[in-house]
Amino acid sequence: MTDKELKLKSVFLRRNLLKYIYKAKAGHTGGSLSCVDTLNVLYNRVLNVDPADFKNPDRDRYIQSKGHCVEALFVTMADRGFFPESDLETLCQYQSHYIGHPTKKVNGVEQNTGALGHGLPICVGEAIAAKLDNKTHRIFTLLGDGELPEGSNWEAFLSAAHYKLDNLYAILDYNKQQITGDNAEVMNTDSVREKLEAFGWAVKEVDGHNLEELEAALNNGPLEIGKPSFIIAHTIKGKGVSYMERNLKWHHGVPTPEQYELALSELNEAEALI
Amino acid sequence: MELDKIKEKDLKMGKANQEVFSETMQALAKTDKNIIAVTSDSRGSGKLVPFGQKYPNQIVEVGIAEQNLVGVAAGLASAGKKTFAVSPACFLSARALEQIKNDVCYSDNPVTLVGISSGVSYGALGTTHHSLHDYAVLRAINNIIIVAPADNFETEQAVRLAAESDKPVYMRYGKKAMPFLNEDNKTFEFGKGRVVREGDDIAIIATGETVYPAWLAAKMLEDKHGIKATVVSMHTIKPLDVNLLKELAANGKPIITVEEHMVNGGLGEACASYLFQNGYKNTFKIVGIPDEYTVTGSQVEIFNHYGISQDGLYNICKNLLDI
Repeated sequence: MTDKELKLKSVFLRRNLLKYIYKAKAGHTGGSLSCVDTLNVLYNRVLNVDPADFKNPDRDRYIQSKGHCVEALFVTMADRGFFPESDLETLCQYQSHYIGHPTKKVNGVEQNTGALGHGLPICVGEAIAAKLDNKTHRIFTLLGDGELPEGSNWEAFLSAAHYKLDNLYAILDYNKQQITGDNAEVMNTDSVREKLEAFGWAVKEVDGHNLEELEAALNNGPLEIGKPSFIIAHTIKGKGVSYMERNLKWHHGVPTPEQYELALSELNEAEALI
Repeated sequence: MELDKIKEKDLKMGKANQEVFSETMQALAKTDKNIIAVTSDSRGSGKLVPFGQKYPNQIVEVGIAEQNLVGVAAGLASAGKKTFAVSPACFLSARALEQIKNDVCYSDNPVTLVGISSGVSYGALGTTHHSLHDYAVLRAINNIIIVAPADNFETEQAVRLAAESDKPVYMRYGKKAMPFLNEDNKTFEFGKGRVVREGDDIAIIATGETVYPAWLAAKMLEDKHGIKATVVSMHTIKPLDVNLLKELAANGKPIITVEEHMVNGGLGEACASYLFQNGYKNTFKIVGIPDEYTVTGSQVEIFNHYGISQDGLYNICKNLLDI
C-alpha cells in the first residue's frame, strides 16, 4: 500500500465508521474519528498480524483500552480482512457479536475491553510473558485521555517501567476532551509527557493525524532500549467532519440524515484533495 | 475450645493451608516453567518467599496495587502462563473486583486468584481486613469456580487442579494449621462436595476452615447422644454440588450450613436457593457472620462469638433435633 493509498484509507475508514454508527443509531463518534488514523497505521503498517492465522503465538498484540471507540476498530479490522464488513450491519443489534465494545467473540480481538483503565495492565502481563519466553513480538494499547485518571493506569505505568518493558507501546489518543468537557476542566491531564517521563517511560509526541509521524514513532523499535514507549498522539475529537470537530455533542452523537450526507460530502471533498 | 488444640487420636494435624499452597507451587514449578505467581507485596504472607528464591523468573511482583495485580495476571494467562494472583482475600476480591469480572472472567483468562488470610483470619485487624463478602460478590460473576479448601489434602488438590483449569478459579484459605479431616476419603474434584464424616440424623454442610468445628460438633453429638451427623466439606461454592445436596435432603432431616462469610449471599443462601426452588422442606439453618460490624478478636474468638465452634454448632444441632 502506497502512502497515498494509506491516506485514502483513512478517509474510507472515517466514512465507514460514520456509516455504521448512522445505521446502528449508536456509537462513540468523536473519539472514533480522533483515533482512526492511529488504527489505520497500526493495522496497515505496524502490527504483525494475519487475519487467517490470528492465533499465531508470534503475532503482535493490540488491545484497545479505549474500548468505547470500537467503531473505529471494527471498520479497520473488517477492511484488514478479519471479518466481512457486512457483519457490521448487525452492529449493536440483538444477539450480534459486534456490540458497543470490543469482545473476543469477534475474530482478531485480543481481549474484552470497555471498562476504562484495563487495557494497559493486561498489556503489562502480555509484555512480561513475552520477555519471559524470549519472544520478540510487540504489545500495543490505545488509551483515551479521558481514562487517564483511572488509578489502574498509574499502577501499570509503574510496573511497565519497573520491568523495563521496551516491547510495550502505549498510544494516547490525546484529543483533550471527554464526555463532560475538556480534560482540563474535568481532571487536568496537562504535562502528560513530564508525568510519564518521571514514571520511567520514553515519550514521543506526534500529530495523531499525520500518518507518517505515527508510523515513524510506532515502527522503529522502542523509543529507548529498556523503557516502555509512550506515544502522545495529539488529535482532534471528531476529526474530518467540520461540524463535529471539537464539539462535545458528538462524543456519542448520531447524525441525522442531513448531517450524515453533509459529513459524507465533506469526506468526499477531502478524498479528492489527496 | 481452641480449634488448634485437638487430641491426636481424633485427627492428624497438618500445616497451614498457605504452607501447602507454597509447597505445591514449588512442586509444580519444578517441572513447569509456565507456573507464575503474581504478588502484591504479599510473598511473605503468601508463604512464597522460598518459591521466589527457587524460581525468580516465575514470580512477578506488582507492589501494593491489586487492580494491576489482576490485570497483569490476566495478560500473563492470556499469553499461556498458568498464573496464580496472590493477595489478601479482602483486597483481592473487593479492590480488584472489576478486573476479576472483566479481565479474568469475561475475557476468559484462566487465572487462579488466591485469596490468602481469608474470612476473619486477620481477626482483630477489623473489617478492612476481613473478607466476608467474597463468595457473595464472586457468585454473582459468570465463569468462575469458587473454592475454599478445608484441609491440606484439599488445598494441594485444589492448587494442582487450578493450574490445569481452563476456567478462572478463586481459592481462599486462612492462616491456621488445619487437621486432615478424612484420610479415607481422598477424592477431590471441583464442584463435588467431600463427605468427611457420615451419619443419617442431620447434615452439616460447611466450607473452608469451618469444616473442622463442624466435624468436632458432629463428634460431640455422637459421643454424648449417639446422634450421627453427616459432615460435608463443600469446598466448591460455585458450581455447587446440587446432586450431593439432593442426597442430603432426601431423608427430610435437618440441614445446617456453616461458613466463614457473611450470611448474605454465601454458601448457605446458595444451598437454600437450590433446596427451596426444588421443593425440599427440610429444616434449614444458615450459620455464618450476621449482617453487622463483626466483633473483633482472634479468628477463634470470632468463630465462638457467632456459634461457628464445636459448642456453638453442637447446640444449634441439638435445638434443631429437639434433644
